[in-house]
Amino acid sequence: MEEKSLLEVKDLTVKFFTDDGVVTAVDRVSFDIKRGETLGMVGESGCGKSVTSLAIMRLLPSPPARITSGKILFEGEDLLQKSEAEMRRIRGNRISMIFQEPMTSLNPVFTVGRQISEAIMLHQKLSGKEAVERAVEMLRLVGIPNPEKRYHEYPHQMSGGMRQRVMIAMALSCNPKLLIADEPTTALDVTIQAQILDLMNRLKDRVGMSVLLITHDLGVVAETARRVVVMYAGQVVEEASCEDLFENPLHPYTAGLLKSIPRLEGEKGRLNVIEGSVPNPLNLPPGCRFNPRCPEAADICRKKSPALLEMGNGRRVRCFSRGSPPEEV
Amino acid sequence: MAQGWNPGGTSFWKDVWLRLEKNKPAMFGLVVVIIFSAVAIIAPLLSPADPLKTDLSNRLKPPGSPSEICSNGVYILGSDEFGRDILSRILFGARVSLSVGIISQVLVTAIGVTMGALAGYYGGKVDMIIMRIADILFAFPDLLFYIGVMFALGPSIYNVFIALALIGWAGMARLVRSQVLYLREMEYVEAARAQGLSDARIILRHILPNCMGPIIVSVTMGIPGAILAEASLSFLGLGVQPPTPSWGNMIYAARSYMLTNPWYSVWPGIAIMITVFSFNLLGDGLRDALDPRLKR
Repeated sequence: MEEKSLLEVKDLTVKFFTDDGVVTAVDRVSFDIKRGETLGMVGESGCGKSVTSLAIMRLLPSPPARITSGKILFEGEDLLQKSEAEMRRIRGNRISMIFQEPMTSLNPVFTVGRQISEAIMLHQKLSGKEAVERAVEMLRLVGIPNPEKRYHEYPHQMSGGMRQRVMIAMALSCNPKLLIADEPTTALDVTIQAQILDLMNRLKDRVGMSVLLITHDLGVVAETARRVVVMYAGQVVEEASCEDLFENPLHPYTAGLLKSIPRLEGEKGRLNVIEGSVPNPLNLPPGCRFNPRCPEAADICRKKSPALLEMGNGRRVRCFSRGSPPEEV
Repeated sequence: MAQGWNPGGTSFWKDVWLRLEKNKPAMFGLVVVIIFSAVAIIAPLLSPADPLKTDLSNRLKPPGSPSEICSNGVYILGSDEFGRDILSRILFGARVSLSVGIISQVLVTAIGVTMGALAGYYGGKVDMIIMRIADILFAFPDLLFYIGVMFALGPSIYNVFIALALIGWAGMARLVRSQVLYLREMEYVEAARAQGLSDARIILRHILPNCMGPIIVSVTMGIPGAILAEASLSFLGLGVQPPTPSWGNMIYAARSYMLTNPWYSVWPGIAIMITVFSFNLLGDGLRDALDPRLKR
């Protein structure tokens, strides 16, 4: 049976018009998220993950950013055609977002409870008292002990993990269909990280929402996502189910990422790294964008850029050595 | 700036109060300001005489002279050129001076915060237009503008409010703009946007409350400036019009008798000095208390 997609991003291109030139931060990116599914989006800093997520929320600062092409279909409707007022009704209500920094994502001058009930009152048309009850219920749901008391506390009175729980409570308070989590655990220490991921997994099933999980940590993806999109320099370079990706990475970049995860077993020694760094988006290398760092780079990789090849089973890869055709210009 | 100021667990304003409480000069300023405000409110109860009542047989008497119009029978601070009681006029003058200080700062804050928030939040052309107007106001001496506005509107206490507000908002706008420029990049503003909040709500609920500290300091420091400006305008004959007493127009009237009856100009001068000094001490203390980086 064909699952219906909740979110479909088609050929999304985002350009930044800066004083130094035009930067294509996101280049014809396509992916989709099914209902109830967690999609992981992986890549190094600056590969366009966050820009993609902000584009879905229509929160890119414009200028300098502009979405120059593509469609973002959410429940069949193109978000790029929506007015600002329509988007405001979607944000925080049908699509919500969690940010990386729980320390700074909460307003220091309001109690956490008021920040949660604010969104509830805005979107759910509940009275003040009902919104407070709902906020307390949400705090309990995300595992905050003594929620009635915590409701009246200020963000600085909470630890990072607690604040991220509050952020999750806030994001889920209006029963969104889609949760975009932009590096939700990066700023937290490892034990709290696991708790937060576990919490997100449980709540996802309970609320029946889909999650777009953006991270640079493949370990986080392994724990939560069913499918993974790997991005490099603004392009999707590989898409696969989580098992396939970890067992048999097709793109040399994915393989490099997997090798650079520290492991408990196996040989001791220095950690593997991918040589070089992400190319300057103002000055991309000719041919495949990964070729200067690729251990398998051939002549054709330096001349032409590969197109994304459909491998069946939802698997896609962008690499000449895996059979991708050159991209038509 | 906005984060992590108090790991202790008390609320922010409680913390500010604790810091302010330890600052003796600021507490002195606060107490004096409260006393003066109380005096201004209950001036009719404290005044020995009607501040407008004249007694031409007792003109320019030195302090302590017997008086027929004062209820206690003595001109405690002397009498002026119409035989009016100077103490009563100073007590009633506190109403003018304090209301000029406070009302003009309320107007300055209303205009300045709105302009500054719009300029800082939206940037671009809005910012450009608002800040260029502010630059023009900054480019000329304030007194020149006050005189211009007072000439155009005619001298009265209400026009003093308007003149002070029309010119004073520029400084507040600059301050708020710089704060908003910084605060709008905060993640919680982004998070508020991601929650679907409107621009107006984000500015009012999430940005402005976070710049209350600098605004409060600016208002406290602005009040003595406004009091002095009113005194200057009254001294030039453009402010509060006689016979209504204001400290400024009392000095204006007293200047003719400076050599023969110096105490006449000294009393309103002292009143202005103590008020301005107290507000400045309080403002200074508030700035230190609101800025945790200055914490020892």
